[in-house]
Amino acid sequence: MKILVCISHVPDTTSKINFSEGDTKFDTAGVQFVINPNDEFGLTRAMWFKEKQGATVDVVNVGGTETEPTLRKALAIGADTAIRVNTPATDGVYVAKQIAKVAKDGDYDLIIAGRESIDYNGGMVPGMVAGLIGANFVNTCIGLEVEGNEATAVREIDGGKETLKASLPLVVGAQKGIVQESDLKIPNMRGIMQARKKPLNVVEPVEAGTHSEAVKFEKPQPKGDIKLVDADNLDELVNLLHNEAKVI
Amino acid sequence: MSVLVYTESEEGKFKKTAFEVASYAKGVAEMLGTEVTAVSFNAQSAGDLGKYGVSKVLKVNNEKLQKFNAKAYADAIKQAAEKEGSKVIILSQSANAKYLAPLLAVQLEAGYASNVVALPEGTEPLQVKRTAFTNKAFNFTKLSTDVKIIGLSKNAFGLKESQTETSEEDFSPSLAEGDFNVNVVSVDKAADKVTIADAEIVVSGGRGMKGPENWGMLEELAETLGAATACSKPVSDMGWRPHSEHVGQTGKPVAANLYIAVGISGAIQHLAGVSASKTKVVINNDPDAPFFKAADYGVVGDAFEIVPKLTEKLKEFKASNS
Ligand SMILES: Cc1cc2nc3c(=O)[nH]c(=O)nc-3n(C[C@H](O)[C@H](O)[C@H](O)COP(=O)(O)OP(=O)(O)OC[C@H]3O[C@@H](n4cnc5c(N)ncnc54)[C@H](O)[C@@H]3O)c2cc1C
Ligand SMILES: Nc1ncnc2c1ncn2[C@@H]1O[C@H](COP(=O)(O)O)[C@@H](O)[C@H]1O
Repeated sequence: MKILVCISHVPDTTSKINFSEGDTKFDTAGVQFVINPNDEFGLTRAMWFKEKQGATVDVVNVGGTETEPTLRKALAIGADTAIRVNTPATDGVYVAKQIAKVAKDGDYDLIIAGRESIDYNGGMVPGMVAGLIGANFVNTCIGLEVEGNEATAVREIDGGKETLKASLPLVVGAQKGIVQESDLKIPNMRGIMQARKKPLNVVEPVEAGTHSEAVKFEKPQPKGDIKLVDADNLDELVNLLHNEAKVI
Repeated sequence: MSVLVYTESEEGKFKKTAFEVASYAKGVAEMLGTEVTAVSFNAQSAGDLGKYGVSKVLKVNNEKLQKFNAKAYADAIKQAAEKEGSKVIILSQSANAKYLAPLLAVQLEAGYASNVVALPEGTEPLQVKRTAFTNKAFNFTKLSTDVKIIGLSKNAFGLKESQTETSEEDFSPSLAEGDFNVNVVSVDKAADKVTIADAEIVVSGGRGMKGPENWGMLEELAETLGAATACSKPVSDMGWRPHSEHVGQTGKPVAANLYIAVGISGAIQHLAGVSASKTKVVINNDPDAPFFKAADYGVVGDAFEIVPKLTEKLKEFKASNS
């Protein structure tokens, strides 16, 4: 089985988000970048396929040279080869078209991406990749087994979950649950040493248009002051929720 | 030319989000000088859609679409859009709508903006405000395609009545065999539990609750309010509560009318995921907990005393208000 894991390079969850150039650009000053959390769950699941079922695991990112440390981390976790499509990730469909090309060229059986990236929150790349290459697709994937050419996937739905069957090739949008938090692999020294020697192939992008453009950003209004209610005066809280906030 | 809206239903009845997306679609249609057409799957009739501004309902009734199927639904919505000549398609951000939207976008070569929180800023070009960086910021996105898809965040627009005469039409899209390559084999869904996705009120517990055995009081509070229960990440990581209840930046986003956080410190990742909620209440025994800076109302004190008391007060309030 050949697996491709899509790796989005995103600001660490503790990052303060600021913008520059008249609120038109995300300000990366002082920001630490990491593997998108949803992708990290997917990558760990892919490593299990490698260990238990002899799969090969490649990782791909669409981005500039600045994403290479993130790809090296994925190699240190255990991926075999990294591919960087050398172009800025301008919008969802543009990225999806680049990944679709890599997926076709590499003839992958399983493509694991994240349900959404925590920066742009597009929630669209995996579904678009599936649509573009004509593969089956399961989103919000919280469980995945593959036997031969047949996959059994568990999808989180609003208020529960459902089990689905589909044949390969398959694209999944993964999230926590596909493996647990405690299963996440932290690269060890040996992994980091090996990662330095593993191939990180840079490929040039295919011609593709974009559908959208992020023209400007805005930070939420700062919160007004909190109203504290005495623990012995909860009637007041009920009163505020009813008459002031009008939520009960 | 109408604006097309995908109105979700369950067991034949429209969901609340269907009325919210319809209300929003009506607003967009007014900006464009056109009307709203809804596409529904196995719903009984137009129901209340007319109340929220829908002029026409395309009713798809098909045994094979009894269970949600992303590819087949996307295919049907695409055909509805083509039939109506719709250039703008609006859907909710339910798990199902988010599943089908990118498939639909590829089929229609449409630009797709997810997590949209307000009416477009302008229609030429179409520019929308959406959340990004998991609610830590907003971003204005311009869609440059002929056909555009807008995913409306839950609770961002609300319900707006606009009584409209509604016509109904049966619509039978032609579905391909390939639409049914991913098949549901079983569904596991609690029947009578309020889900975080649908809830107007969410009661959430953190590590301050000490252990899973103490969740009874939160469940009782939730039940009193008709709320869903949720939790912080460590609570689900330790297995006190199911993962489906984990809210925050790496869990589920919460856009409720009221979010009550009990024994949750208010870490940046937690706050990011719940900040879209309109009113936030924090109950915590540490007055320096960061959540106090992010909430509207707060009670400093022991959750184990406050929660049962609050539940009692709310029960009294309900009794005297019904
Ligand atoms: C990559 C990453 C992603 C993350 N994503 C998320 C996420 O999506 N969602 C999330 O929630 N977290 C997330 N976290 C974790 C986050 O950083 C915090 O660790 C977590 O939110 C803390 O959970 P908590 O508030 O329940 O626990 P604590 O921080 O331990 O807080 C417990 C609180 O309970 C209070 N308390 C104790 N006893 C009582 C009592 N008797 N009565 C009242 N109050 C009491 C304490 O004063 C304290 O404020 C993430 C972390 C990382 C690194
Ligand atoms: N630039 C990128 N390079 C590689 N994979 C990406 C990129 N952007 C998004 N993805 C993948 O698509 C998923 C969803 O991203 P998004 O649609 O942007 O929310 C991410 O979790 C990644 O797996």
